[in-house]
Amino acid sequence: MSTQLIFERVAVRPRSARARMVAALGPLTMLGGVAWAFLQPYRLTLLHPHGEGFWWLLVEPPVLAVGVGVAFALLIAPGLIEDLEEP
Amino acid sequence: MTPPAEHVHWLFATGFLLLGLCLLARGIVGEDVWCRRAWRAYLWPSLLFGLGVLMWPVMVFFTNSTIHMVAHGAWAQTMMLAGAAELGLLRGKLHHAAWRLAMPFALVVSGTALLVHEQNGWLFSRAAFLHHLLGWSALVGALFPLLAAVRPRSRFAASGLALTLLVIAVMLYSDRDVAPIFGHLSALAGEAHR
Repeated sequence: MSTQLIFERVAVRPRSARARMVAALGPLTMLGGVAWAFLQPYRLTLLHPHGEGFWWLLVEPPVLAVGVGVAFALLIAPGLIEDLEEP
Repeated sequence: MTPPAEHVHWLFATGFLLLGLCLLARGIVGEDVWCRRAWRAYLWPSLLFGLGVLMWPVMVFFTNSTIHMVAHGAWAQTMMLAGAAELGLLRGKLHHAAWRLAMPFALVVSGTALLVHEQNGWLFSRAAFLHHLLGWSALVGALFPLLAAVRPRSRFAASGLALTLLVIAVMLYSDRDVAPIFGHLSALAGEAHR
């Protein structure tokens, strides 16, 4: 009895420039938010609260920017890249 | 329990940031690829329409003068109009190409309202400076959707509109109730806080 060994070769296609640009939008936005937090740490009231109310502790602009980047990278970019690379 | 005005600007900045990213991605991949999934096609006009709807409570709870109220009302109406027109065009309910002018119209009205309702000079405070800058940015940025209305498949026009919205987001994030601009703060503006 003979057996056959089947080797699967997974073809890895390089991403197109447009796909790379779309993939970079989310991380770049996140990076912008993080850089902003380092440049203006006082915009993150949570880090050093001084008796601020609810809204001052909830709305932290650099965190919002990072959140948008995360949402775009996780929810929008993957499907878009998939559709872009589809022949 | 209403948030301070600057927080409202930051929340709207977040909406514009997401809107700008969606439009930039659409500009990069082209409309055909962007619209390959129905939910994605409806995403940015719905977001724009939603921002217009959310502008109404801002008009009701945060405006302290007639001109301020009229300006916020104009933004609410024109953002809803632009979002609804794009949704109608996508769904096939609207056919006439003139509906594509709703977006440049929204930017022209918004920019004009920003410039008209800001009564102080550029260097009065950061808020005044940003009102002037936002107004002119919206007016100049209106050229991109105007070009897109003539050439709907132009990636330059789509990316230009996206970048305009991203710049608007950055400016809205920079807004503070009372803060100096380039070291200038009028004594009439009040005391700056962190």
